[in-house]
Amino acid sequence: MIKETNSFKLEFPSVSSNEGFARAAAACFAARLDPTLEELGDIKTAVSEAVTNCIVHAYPDSIGRIVIKGRTFSDNSIEISVRDWGKGIPDVEAARQPLFTTGGDGRSGMGFTIMESFMDRLRVRSAPGKGTTVTMSRRLTPRRP
Amino acid sequence: MKIETASQGTKLRIYLSGELDHHGARSAMRTIEDRISAYLPRDCVLDLGGLSFMDSSGIAVLLKSYKRLGQIGGRLRVENVPEQPMKVIDASGIERLLGVSCLSRPGDAARDNK
Ligand SMILES: Nc1ncnc2c1ncn2[C@@H]1O[C@H](COP(=O)(O)OP(=O)(O)OP(=O)(O)O)[C@@H](O)[C@H]1O
Ligand SMILES: [Mg+2]
Repeated sequence: MIKETNSFKLEFPSVSSNEGFARAAAACFAARLDPTLEELGDIKTAVSEAVTNCIVHAYPDSIGRIVIKGRTFSDNSIEISVRDWGKGIPDVEAARQPLFTTGGDGRSGMGFTIMESFMDRLRVRSAPGKGTTVTMSRRLTPRRP
Repeated sequence: MKIETASQGTKLRIYLSGELDHHGARSAMRTIEDRISAYLPRDCVLDLGGLSFMDSSGIAVLLKSYKRLGQIGGRLRVENVPEQPMKVIDASGIERLLGVSCLSRPGDAARDNK
């Protein structure tokens, strides 16, 4: 039986200076699973992509609320969800394609591709006008002495 | 995010250090563009040796720098790329655009562009 071993919930406003804070917090939480440096980097990167998307796309001209939840499990896996109550995504499947972007300048449409390749699983639930929840999980390599 | 530059003749080297994310990307891009416009280098190197973190916002910075160099007839190389940024670059597939030979990891001097 796989059991939940720990959890956290973090809420903050969608200002860009919180990007560094959010990924550092997620990395600190993941550190309990004794990840490799590379695994830690992967988690930081994926969280940074999801949070940046909330700031840039979900709340383009306002400050909104972002909630990150994390859980770790007895099989050494971690699940992190990033949620906003912003614009939403009309066509999730199209949005997940590499190079797809509505962002214009400064965006290259690689965020979802990076999240997908750095984590084992990525689930995106979204409704226009209601918001978006990105849930990603990754099983870390167990390191026994 | 900190940016320093060194130039010699038609060569310009731009050192990026710290964390390159959406928060820092806009001012980083402005600084890089300013330096490129001021020096109009034939060869420009973005030295990522000091970067402790980079995400897709950094990819956009690399692509824009690459385009800007193209406009002035110069060449861009991206050097000393640490592991985490390299993984992001690999995942984004921009190596195809920049040319693999234009990318080097720390201590990778042998992978020169000749
Ligand atoms: N939280 C969100 N709210 C609303 N739209 C979103 C959200 N996340 C993603 N999107 C939409 O999905 C598209 C693709 O996102 P993705 O992160 O892959 O690329 P990007 O953010 O446009 O560029 P990059 O991540 O390379 O800077 C975005 O351009 C945007 O239209
Ligand atoms: Mg994105």
